[in-house]
Amino acid sequence: MKRTILALLLITTLFASFACERRNGSGTNVSDGSGEIVVGYYGDLTGRTASFGQSTKNGVELAVDEINKAGGVMGRKVRVIVEDDQGEPNKAATVVSKLVNQDKVHAVLGEVASSNSLAAAPKAQEARVPMISPSSTNPNVTQVGDYIFRVCFIDPFQGDVMAKFASKNLKATKAAILYDFNSDYSRGLREFFTRSFKALGGQIVEEKSYTQGDRDFSGQLTAIRSANPDVIYVPGYYGEVGVIANQTKQLGIKAPLLGGDGWDSPQLWQLGGAALNGDYISNHYSVDDPLPAVQKFVADYKQRFQMLPDALAALGYDSMKVLADAIKRAGGTDSAKLRDAIAQTSNFPGITGSITIDKDRNTVKSAVVLKLQDGKFVYDTTIYPEGMTPPATTSAASPAAGAASPASSPATAGPPPSPAKAGASPGSGSNR
Amino acid sequence: MDTFVQQLINGLNVGAIYALIALGYTMVYGILRLINFAHGDVYMVGAFAGFYIALYAGLAVAGPSMLSLTVVLLGAMIIAAVVGMIIERFAYRPVRKYSRMTTLIMAIGVSLLIENIFVAQIGATPRAFPDFLGSQSQPPYHLFGNAAISKAQIVIFLVSIALMLLLQWIVFKTKVGTAMRAVSFNLNSAKLMGINTDAIISLTFAIGSALAAAGGVLTAQYNPNIDPLMGILTGLKAFVAAVLGGIGNIPGAVLGGLLIGAAETFVVGYGQHIGIASTYRDAVAFAILILVLLLRPSGLLGSTVQEKV
Repeated sequence: MKRTILALLLITTLFASFACERRNGSGTNVSDGSGEIVVGYYGDLTGRTASFGQSTKNGVELAVDEINKAGGVMGRKVRVIVEDDQGEPNKAATVVSKLVNQDKVHAVLGEVASSNSLAAAPKAQEARVPMISPSSTNPNVTQVGDYIFRVCFIDPFQGDVMAKFASKNLKATKAAILYDFNSDYSRGLREFFTRSFKALGGQIVEEKSYTQGDRDFSGQLTAIRSANPDVIYVPGYYGEVGVIANQTKQLGIKAPLLGGDGWDSPQLWQLGGAALNGDYISNHYSVDDPLPAVQKFVADYKQRFQMLPDALAALGYDSMKVLADAIKRAGGTDSAKLRDAIAQTSNFPGITGSITIDKDRNTVKSAVVLKLQDGKFVYDTTIYPEGMTPPATTSAASPAAGAASPASSPATAGPPPSPAKAGASPGSGSNR
Repeated sequence: MDTFVQQLINGLNVGAIYALIALGYTMVYGILRLINFAHGDVYMVGAFAGFYIALYAGLAVAGPSMLSLTVVLLGAMIIAAVVGMIIERFAYRPVRKYSRMTTLIMAIGVSLLIENIFVAQIGATPRAFPDFLGSQSQPPYHLFGNAAISKAQIVIFLVSIALMLLLQWIVFKTKVGTAMRAVSFNLNSAKLMGINTDAIISLTFAIGSALAAAGGVLTAQYNPNIDPLMGILTGLKAFVAAVLGGIGNIPGAVLGGLLIGAAETFVVGYGQHIGIASTYRDAVAFAILILVLLLRPSGLLGSTVQEKV
């Protein structure tokens, strides 16, 4: 008897809590002036690229904690609902549907891999819920619709950076490419690297592909070896790249491998180890950046997660901060106003550089080239997009950054961007 | 020329692993007429067994060492052998008396079960297998021109050849081997002759699983990326290798494995000259499967034994 009563009680409580949560969830969405701000985050937490999803999630959580500790955004606390898409595009679409339709989130953050963002973005767009991808670099992602944004640079630029670096800094004239045939990210980078490298007078002497999950690359690498390139461009993800680096050395190939931000994971070193020494990647930021804002972020992250933040963690952090800043400027979480506010983001001082959303809802900013040496990504050089003046970027992101202020009163989302500039872009943005 | 030789080395290297796994398919088929679809997952279990032995015995951080590799290899083989016997005892033996379709579906179920238990327990994230041969920093041995062979490749060749010879010896020179052949010839007659058929079947699973585990550990020395789903495609290709060589035929499985490995690598290396992109590497094995089934269903070395009525 006692047990039955207990069971009944438990069930009632369960239902009650469900009911409350439901009402709360939809309630906040309708009245955009009060209640907590619900943000959906989706990423690969258990799949083949789980390191991406985990790092980004850590970055988002760090930002949310800072925001909530400082009293939230306009007094409203931020709550994040985390969903795992296991790195699969169809699951990414499913979880985003759930976030926007069932959880009624005010905004969505994610994904890292462009293929997953491309699959999920239409769901956010249909529901008119702003989505900010922290680190999907394929240009098509933000073309899904006017509610889709990103806070990282795009592949035409990233491909360009490595082509420039190979040609000018490494004096390479012959490049080979080994890319992931099934990845939008990898194919995009291959295309843009090829275009820029040829424009700089270089030559692509061999091109081979693989698919994610492949384990043996010796066939491709042997063919590449016989073409005798100066550099080998491998715009893939860390899981395969670590093995590729290994097998490159086992075939006696001495040309350095060049890659993109997809290499950035602590796991890369476990897979490739010393075989990676002397390779280069383009990336969003460097942990060695002496800016106080960056160093504070690195220290906080290290204290909380016992490891160095990779670029994806930094971008996850930035995406959340940009969102919080936009909510503040929009005066709430009304989806159309919030969308416009994100579109107006201008010179926001992020960890990964100054963030300005352009009319295509992309971010234009500089990239760093890092050299791989003994388990570390060592800063080599910074490459700026055409027309961006180096010193201006540096000063915009320097001490003024919100994250740099002392822990006692961390600014919620950094100083507000100049309103004059912000007014210029919304028209072009919302027309798309 | 040196490129051709290099591609051949690469191909045979991949093929040796397929051959080790194909042996398990072929032995089980020879005895039970069962395609053990969980065999590819036993290969994965073997790789993870090696990974965790290295982790918990502290060998992973001890640096390159042949002794560590031997310990890990033997440990993984033993664990996989036990796993193979457990699968046989609790999944296949209870349904052995039913139709072959039941066992086949059971095999698929076991395969999915193992994969998903691993995904649920440790996640699908790839793990990095420790490098016991120092492959990450050691340059390969030069043969001629550009052709070279790495230490990992040499070890893979030597160990697989040794294991295959050992298997041949067990099957043809020992009493247990004679019993295995008797069971394969006719299970009921063997039972009437006083052979403990259950024990022999169990042993066959153990040996096959141990060979697959050896394949898992060896391949991880060359491709250190291991994950719970690594056995699916590799297992299927090894199955194709067994069919190509003639399923039920031990030398056939080895030949089939080497051929599939070489065919795959040549498609990657030279395919584009005849209009086949390197992305077709996985399709090749299955195209071969279809061709074999159409043209020579008994495989290259398989004999067309009349079904006794």
